[in-house]
Amino acid sequence: MQSNLKKTGVDTENKYLISKSIDDFFGGIYNVSVFIIRFFREAFSAPVEWKEIINQCYQVGYQSLALVSLTGFITGIVFTKQSRPSLSAFGANSWLPSLVTIAIIRALAPLITSLIAAGKVGSNMGAELGSMKVTEQIDAMEVSATNPFKFLVVTRITAITLMMPILILYTGLVGMMGAYLNVHQNESTSFLGFVASAFKSIVFIDIFSSIFKATCYGFTIGVAGCYQGYYAQNGTQGVGRAANMAVVLSMFLIFIEEMIIVQVVNGFR
Amino acid sequence: MENIEIDNQELVISIKDLKKSFGNLNVLNGINIDVLKGENIAILGRSGSGKSVLIKIISGLLKPDSGLVKVLGQEVDKITEKELQALRMKIGFSFQSSALYDSMSVRENLEFPLVRNKRELNEKEVNEAIESVLDDVGLSQTINQMPSELSGGQKKRIGIARTLILKPEIMLYDEPTSGLDPITCIEINNLILKVQQQYKTSSIIITHDLTCAKITANKVAILLDGKFLTIGNFKEVFSSNDANVKAFHDYNFIEKNENTEK
Repeated sequence: MQSNLKKTGVDTENKYLISKSIDDFFGGIYNVSVFIIRFFREAFSAPVEWKEIINQCYQVGYQSLALVSLTGFITGIVFTKQSRPSLSAFGANSWLPSLVTIAIIRALAPLITSLIAAGKVGSNMGAELGSMKVTEQIDAMEVSATNPFKFLVVTRITAITLMMPILILYTGLVGMMGAYLNVHQNESTSFLGFVASAFKSIVFIDIFSSIFKATCYGFTIGVAGCYQGYYAQNGTQGVGRAANMAVVLSMFLIFIEEMIIVQVVNGFR
Repeated sequence: MENIEIDNQELVISIKDLKKSFGNLNVLNGINIDVLKGENIAILGRSGSGKSVLIKIISGLLKPDSGLVKVLGQEVDKITEKELQALRMKIGFSFQSSALYDSMSVRENLEFPLVRNKRELNEKEVNEAIESVLDDVGLSQTINQMPSELSGGQKKRIGIARTLILKPEIMLYDEPTSGLDPITCIEINNLILKVQQQYKTSSIIITHDLTCAKITANKVAILLDGKFLTIGNFKEVFSSNDANVKAFHDYNFIEKNENTEK
């Protein structure tokens, strides 16, 4: 009897937890949608915080340069090194520049750069806004008749959405430099020969899809970071959670977007 | 500095039957209070009794569940976002934690609300306003310092200066003397009186500090179980025999005197 009662209790608790998770999931989607709609409404209404947008572009772009340069360069070298044996088996070493360039421009540069930005910029946004939220700085902006959403959220999302395409193209170029060094060392290919071979296989849609992906990923990182930070709760623990969730959510969404965009773009090839 | 007598009857804040709950917790359970122009009212109450919630509702940071909250003739929960923003320019809010923007210097903290709300001001006028308000709170020398370089009392004063720069008609102080030494508390109390007289503000002061209430307020209200137990001048309120009122008074004055004697 007692065991039956206990079992019924556990079942009820499980049902409650499942129902709460479903509620939270759909509630979360609704809240993020409202957040995004508010972003567009505020972004296209005067006044625009130009000074803060430029400041955030500097924070996002310039300060990520060292990290993406190093990662892009090493990725170029490693990818070239790893691809060489397979191509050599078919005597197709001359295809190396075009293979590496296609891989870097179409997939590696957008993915690597956006994952680095999710870790560096997304977590920073989550932590910074979260800390401002729990120390009442956002409330202080609101009661002083200023619009914290416009100053903190719109500027950050705009900055990362604008900077990501530039960062991704830059990573692509640095990655190709890494690839060139390796190809030059092993195959003694000249720089002009490498460039000619590399760009022979790249078409407009490759560059366009990279820029389109970059814009989507930048917007995703900005929304995830700012949303988590802006609604952070429960003191320092909430700040840590906001930073962590900003990264996890951004990375998860970037992979889903990558799959969808690749399918759509391949339809246009 | 002495508190001023209030002889007009113009209402700046009027609250009727205000209720607010969070989940199952009823925080405010039928609050009624009026604040006259030029008047300072201190609200005392136990931690978690809803004092801060009350001033957050007055400033529009929280929405009430029911009841009427009229500030300068406007119902804060019924007006549009634009009207609320215009109303907030007339309300100064001094946070318990000061809530200074920690990535900005003192100058930038003061400049932030000013340049966004008074876009017609030129650089010279902005600088003059910043210097004048810093002078009023006695911290002109901190203009280029970062909040992390300031003491607790200095942060509170800069927080007050940041609200004063918009020349508010109403000031809401959330525990202005909490966590400060007695000398700094006296400085803050004098500053609250100076603001009342110089800027002609009406204020609600949330505090646990009876000395602060006695010095700065024309009226004192005690909040208990989501309702005001009593409202009146300091002498009237603390001549009551109610156990809760006596507990407040005795802790603040008798205990302090005993500690001093020891």
